Amino acid sequence: MSEDLTRLTVTEARARLDRREISAVELLEAHLERIRQVEPQIHAFITLTEEVARVQAEEADRRIARSDAAPLTGIPVALKDVLCTVDAPTTAGSRILEGFRSPYDATVVRKLREQGAVFVGKANTDEFAMGSSTENSAYGPTRNPWDLDRVPGGSSGGSAAAVAAGEAMVSLGSDTGGSIRQPAGFCGVVGIKPTYGRVSRYGLVAFASSLDQIGPFGRTVEDVAIVLEAIAGHDPCDSTSVDTPVPDYRAALTGDIRGLRVGVAAEYQVPGMDPEVERVVDEAIAELQRLGAEIVPVSLPHTKYALATYYIIAPSEASANLARYDGVKYGLSLQGETLLESYLQTRGRGFGPEVKRRIMLGTYALSAGYYDAYYVKAQKVRTLIKRDFDQAFERVDVIAAPTSPTVAFRFGERTADPIQMYLSDVFTIPANMAGLPGIAVPCGFAHGLPVSLQFMGRAFDEATLLRVADAYEQATAWHRAVPPLVAALAARAPSGEAE
Amino acid sequence: MRLSRDVVDHVAMLARLGLTEEERERMREQLSSILEHVSLIQELDTEAIPPTAQVIALRNVWREDEVRPSLPLEEVLKNAPDAEDNMFKVNAVLEQS
Repeated sequence: MSEDLTRLTVTEARARLDRREISAVELLEAHLERIRQVEPQIHAFITLTEEVARVQAEEADRRIARSDAAPLTGIPVALKDVLCTVDAPTTAGSRILEGFRSPYDATVVRKLREQGAVFVGKANTDEFAMGSSTENSAYGPTRNPWDLDRVPGGSSGGSAAAVAAGEAMVSLGSDTGGSIRQPAGFCGVVGIKPTYGRVSRYGLVAFASSLDQIGPFGRTVEDVAIVLEAIAGHDPCDSTSVDTPVPDYRAALTGDIRGLRVGVAAEYQVPGMDPEVERVVDEAIAELQRLGAEIVPVSLPHTKYALATYYIIAPSEASANLARYDGVKYGLSLQGETLLESYLQTRGRGFGPEVKRRIMLGTYALSAGYYDAYYVKAQKVRTLIKRDFDQAFERVDVIAAPTSPTVAFRFGERTADPIQMYLSDVFTIPANMAGLPGIAVPCGFAHGLPVSLQFMGRAFDEATLLRVADAYEQATAWHRAVPPLVAALAARAPSGEAE
Repeated sequence: MRLSRDVVDHVAMLARLGLTEEERERMREQLSSILEHVSLIQELDTEAIPPTAQVIALRNVWREDEVRPSLPLEEVLKNAPDAEDNMFKVNAVLEQS
């Protein structure tokens, strides 16, 4: 085995699978070997689904032999464990769903399955996608492949780390306030949060229903474009999915951004911002200018209220969504003397500290006497945040900003103070509030760790985001950097049999 | 602003969360500090601003009211902690007279 198949992009793998130079089974085995090598340190997965994957890979090879391959036939994929799957447990990172088997597939899972994708496992997540580090997972944290002492970001930290470490070629995550973009940034991979309504949420464990969106991770913009195209589109099972055509996203990757108007907002320079990260992002924006983009200053004056608004709206919606975990229909069930006692015990023991905190916060904000002052007030501020973007997008095509104010932080560094943890999403939350698409792409290193550039775009204009992100990627080499852990494996097995 | 213990107890009961003594005290501290942070939005004048509940221009989504197959009952009940006669089973909530 002289070549590392886990470094192939989807496009490269597709070409070689279709030419029968490699088989889907070989491609899977290379990823399973990587999982055996790094998973004890990384812990990107809550559940590995090797057996399911082997059956899918064999079927993929038969399909390829019939010359009937779809874009993702035979491609190893990791699924965030908030996506329901019929052939593996779905835990949402919580003890309260331990042992739960969904009777149906999420629509995005069904779409990938129909394409013949190969599911290697269910990726780790903060409990119910609430967190920015995976430290809130009831199944233990994921470690960042770039530095095992640091978090991978969250909540989709498992999905990001799995792709960065070559345990999966691409993955799916979900993003309510930055949970795809922030971990993509921390792990040095590409992640896109599509427009609210672009991708069906049917079968996604709900967190905050006016904000949640599913999206892909990959090591290149093109890979992310391929997966987005596979999962996007209207679904009668999710009435919030919008019936608007899904463009050919790969065709949008022209490499040409001459004349594109890129907005830069002064409000995205905040106290607490790492100056090294700021320098790297400024350099990336200068590169866009060299590629022919026009840099235009814009103002998003309500940005500083986005975090506060989010921490009223998201917990409020979560408190309602999580009422379903009652120990009656599925999951953990602790029996008390009365039904009320059973509820109190099941929910008191089944949920972890951050989930309880958010349920309490949301219940408080929605309760009699506080509803207008918190919840309705936050919804009004949300209108102001959205209007900021509407006005900015009259003058620019995309807005560029840092994905996060810092690089990946150390374990335990922010767990004591919830607000410190929440601040790590300060640049990603506004896009969720306005329902807009956002993409995170690697743009350099600070302190030896990946830094990420974010682009936000107009509603349903993922094509332009992908175009600018791809043009930047083509002009730079950051996406080709390999985490030290992975590089060490390659050095250890120069030729012949891998250990 | 510091939440009173009564408010914490009341909200925990509304949310049907059984919290330990220690959790209640910690919750009181942490919720107070988060609420203080989110109170930042109170400085904005939003008198004339309509609220946004969700961002897409969808209203009601209708479909024909026709009979379609549902998930198989045995599949749905497979996850139930307790079931009987195709129903979820819970403790009695009404007193028998």
